[in-house]
Amino acid sequence: MKKASLREAYGRTLVELGRKNKDIVVLDADLSGSTKTKMFAKEFPERFFNIGIAEQDMIGTAAGLAAAGKIPFASTFAIFATGRAWEQIRQSIAYAGLNVKIVASHGGITVGDDGGSHQAIEDVGLMRILPNMTVIVPADAIEMEQVIRTIAEYYGPVYVRGARIDFPVLYEGKDYHFKIGKGDIVREGSDITLIAMGLMVHHALEAANLLALEGIECRVVNMSTIKPIDRELIVESAAKTGIILTIEEHLITNGLGSAVCEVVCEEYPVPVKRLGIRDRFGISGKPDKLLSYFRLTPQDIAEEVKTVLQRKPRLVRAIG
Amino acid sequence: MGFVRDVNRLKEIAKEIRKDILIMLNKAGSGHTGGSLSAVELLTALFFGKMRYNPQNPSWRERDYFILSKGHAAPLLYAILAKCGYFNHDELYELRKIGSRLQGHPDCKFTPGIEVPTGSLGQGLSMANGIALALRLDGLPGRVYVLLGDGEVQEGQIWEAAMTAAHYKIDNLCAILDNNRLQIDGWTKDVKNIEPLASKWKAFGWAVMEIDGHNFEEILAALDEAEKIKGRPTIIIARTVKGKGVSLFENKAEYHGVAPTNEELELALKELENRG
Repeated sequence: MKKASLREAYGRTLVELGRKNKDIVVLDADLSGSTKTKMFAKEFPERFFNIGIAEQDMIGTAAGLAAAGKIPFASTFAIFATGRAWEQIRQSIAYAGLNVKIVASHGGITVGDDGGSHQAIEDVGLMRILPNMTVIVPADAIEMEQVIRTIAEYYGPVYVRGARIDFPVLYEGKDYHFKIGKGDIVREGSDITLIAMGLMVHHALEAANLLALEGIECRVVNMSTIKPIDRELIVESAAKTGIILTIEEHLITNGLGSAVCEVVCEEYPVPVKRLGIRDRFGISGKPDKLLSYFRLTPQDIAEEVKTVLQRKPRLVRAIG
Repeated sequence: MGFVRDVNRLKEIAKEIRKDILIMLNKAGSGHTGGSLSAVELLTALFFGKMRYNPQNPSWRERDYFILSKGHAAPLLYAILAKCGYFNHDELYELRKIGSRLQGHPDCKFTPGIEVPTGSLGQGLSMANGIALALRLDGLPGRVYVLLGDGEVQEGQIWEAAMTAAHYKIDNLCAILDNNRLQIDGWTKDVKNIEPLASKWKAFGWAVMEIDGHNFEEILAALDEAEKIKGRPTIIIARTVKGKGVSLFENKAEYHGVAPTNEELELALKELENRG
């Protein structure tokens, strides 16, 4: 399967945007080689600011640049961007709705060997809770490119979660146009809806393929905008399939699964099961080994679907 | 209004600003008295004797920027902005009330003349750096002024930003440190010592000036001098008295975050009048 780097896509797109719009400025906190903002730094050194290992100052500086009319993209690893500088994001950016784009790499456990200290499993939650903040998790490099182009045109604070590892390519040759707040049905099915973000969209699709061999048809949704979430699509999916499984490379607390549950509970109660990391931190290991360890492989998802579906009639009856 | 450089006139303005601060705080029933009064001369000199701005067009591109990093001195900034004509004087009495544009701490969403939100300490200098870098990129003439509290420099982000300003040679930036030596829990030297301030900032690559923060001649001379310093940022460390102008509040940590009662207000206004 063809894979591509979300980080490369980000770096490349930044350079293209930078050529067209001189108001685009980029900040990093000593990880520009890793986040790929170095590509922008090389072409536009005067519009690139390496703030050093000082994430709080990076976020504040980005806020100031935005207050004076620039369109700052600030990048570092997801946990440092959203964790170390959370209150700066709250006070200096979100509070005033300033036009800062925080684009992080290294979301999730697939950071791998560096271990739990570097694996952001709470970043989506940390950003989702902030008023004015938009939260996006692209599923492949093509979507990442579209996301970066879209948010450069959108006024307001945005958090984009990227990854260290390359993702399989999902949208090559497809007529897909990312829109903030719109989920994408990447496979149709009527037995259950799998709602996923990032890498888990691919695993959900693979799981759906495995399940199709056993006659189970899954709808699979790439929910790339976590906030504002696509309520309409969630409600429609709940109505159509009567049961939902969410899958995320994130804590199940306050991430994608929680966001889906909020909508389902309020608007169309059906059973929802959340797959993700449960109230614990990550550990060192190769990404594929960690995905197995945390039971987030396509096989794990397929197994979970079968378990959940066994409960579907009973659960639906219990509610109905 | 042109630049006011006449010291007697500036003193008159400062007296009116002090009265406004005390009355608005009294009417609000809460807010930060001491740290508002300590920086009256600093902001009066800055807004009436130095900065270029246009209250009819707050987003005028060629303006100078002011950031109140010690956001709890919001009553002082509001009194100044009203006097500059950003909004009506009567609006000052809406401070901290529900629906008011004058929030407890500065909020640029609501208040004309406020550039960025502040209130959570330690964040203003980073934002000032960002604005100054943007102005430099755009070739704009504006300068950026940021008022820091002295207790505020206990925040680590201040020193991150201090390094950034020096590294990027941000010379269209002038920080002013309101060195009133008190913070909520007491004397700064007792809570957590921040001295030696001047040598710290020098070591971080800044041009440092030390002045009497209540002396208009010294403030204006320092602001003029700062404009001439190229290749590095400048900080003016201003020795001030917390609660300055009202003996009841002077040098008292307990008036950091307490508004004057009716009786205290009456005494304070009388004293301001008598001091001349």
